[in-house]
Amino acid sequence: MSEADAVILEGVARGDAGSLERLYRDYFPMILNMIVQNNGTEEEAKDVFQEAVIVLYDKVKQHDFELTSRLKTYIYSVCRRLWLKQLGSKDRTFRDVAAYEDIIVVEEDLAMHEEKDLQLTMMEQALDELGEPCRTIIRDFYIANLSMQEICDKFGYTNADNAKTQKYKCLQRLKKLFFTATTK
Amino acid sequence: MENEQEFIMQADKYLNGEMEDRERVAFERYCEENAAAEQLATHRLFLQQLKEHADRVAFKNTLSAAAARYHAGDSLAAEQREPLIVTLWNKFKVNSLVAASVAIVAVFSTLWMSGYYKTIEKTSTNYSALRRDMNDVKKNVNAQNAVIRNINNDKQRDDRSASNFGGTGFIISANGYVVTNYHVVRGADSVHLQSTKGESFKAKVIYIDPTHDLAMLRINDSTFAPLKNAPYTFKETPSELGEDVYTIGYPRDEVVYGQGYLSSRTGYAGDTTAYQISIPVNPGNSGGPVLDSKGNVVGIISGKQTGIDGASFAIKTEALLNSIAAIPVDSLESELVINKKNALGGLKRTEQVKKIQDYVYLVKVY
Repeated sequence: MSEADAVILEGVARGDAGSLERLYRDYFPMILNMIVQNNGTEEEAKDVFQEAVIVLYDKVKQHDFELTSRLKTYIYSVCRRLWLKQLGSKDRTFRDVAAYEDIIVVEEDLAMHEEKDLQLTMMEQALDELGEPCRTIIRDFYIANLSMQEICDKFGYTNADNAKTQKYKCLQRLKKLFFTATTK
Repeated sequence: MENEQEFIMQADKYLNGEMEDRERVAFERYCEENAAAEQLATHRLFLQQLKEHADRVAFKNTLSAAAARYHAGDSLAAEQREPLIVTLWNKFKVNSLVAASVAIVAVFSTLWMSGYYKTIEKTSTNYSALRRDMNDVKKNVNAQNAVIRNINNDKQRDDRSASNFGGTGFIISANGYVVTNYHVVRGADSVHLQSTKGESFKAKVIYIDPTHDLAMLRINDSTFAPLKNAPYTFKETPSELGEDVYTIGYPRDEVVYGQGYLSSRTGYAGDTTAYQISIPVNPGNSGGPVLDSKGNVVGIISGKQTGIDGASFAIKTEALLNSIAAIPVDSLESELVINKKNALGGLKRTEQVKKIQDYVYLVKVY
């Protein structure tokens, strides 16, 4: 893994906008070419690339993360795999003219990504069903790390204990929504 | 711990690392004792999921923003990064266009000036117009004359101006209208007609018909006395193959008789306005009348095919009459009367020729 790749990956892990833009500048044309050459449109190329970046993000977020190939190869392989899957479902053909790029096996990463995607979708659904103000309370407490007192002030509870009770009820409901969806 | 709410609160605190050492140990022991370790693990996993979800949402937003910025700047960047070749082209476009134009002009003007196109025209046709170029002969003769004269008198000067081209023409209307070939008078400064008797008249081109290679002249000279009506008539109907025809003309300064037969109803390259005749003709015969045995003009000598023996061409009388009919009346000073009365029928050939030759002129073009 080259130094430049490492810098970019580090940026991706941080969610740094500059690094993401750099990714687009460096690799999007290649992917656009591959997809347009294989019965795709520019819009589809944008979607595939975006998903590939998320796969990369999932990967760099892992603790034991290690990129065994060049970043370019990795992105190309992921996009190729993603596009093949889309083509398969749409019954279109793939010629793979771009044999100029090395391909590595990325199935494992993609499976992991899909698993994660599924869980996160469920979380999304659970949060959607939870509704307001619970969703904001949960987010404020667990994500934004606001103190109970701040939440109490924000939502106009008479005292912090009320807020605590409210938060507890919200969390329990969210857990219930989430786990019923999982076991379904 | 009283209830689950209390436990979750403790757990949150524990997971956030907000507990004092002592407190943490107590909480850990509590978990062990009450078999709440599993509950804690679940809670931790769940919170982790929650965090990941939040991270993902945030990341997606950043990514979308970055993508939008990239795609928006895409076209802009493409415009800015013009390839070097385009820049150079823009810079030198005018120069290269000028250079190209100059090259084209140079090529074609050179070809034109060197007579390339004329050569093409000449070599691509086997048709040879029978205009007599007098310069070659005259130059030689003049040179000889000069030498001879100089022997006798050094001061005597040759003031004879040489005609450039010669052809034949004949009367179509007794009041001074003469027809000849357009190629004979083409580019003429002045045209003179010389009769067999040696009289010379000035003539003016009044009408040209380049399509049929015909030109009408009018004798424009005070010394010209109107002639009696021409002895020959014009035969409009097509003549038959094998018909006996003859011509008189001026391939040299003296009138020359030529005889043959009509060998084809069409002229050069299938030209239906002409005949092919088998009279040996030479430069200078152009514009001479072609007559049949009864003294009808059936055509006008116009040229021959090079490389083929005995293939001469004569413009049909029909084309001549059409051409005459097309002359604007304004161009005519006096009425152009086509002779309808034939005075040659039944005469012997020698008699015919004798009568006709007064009406056939040597056309000299300067």
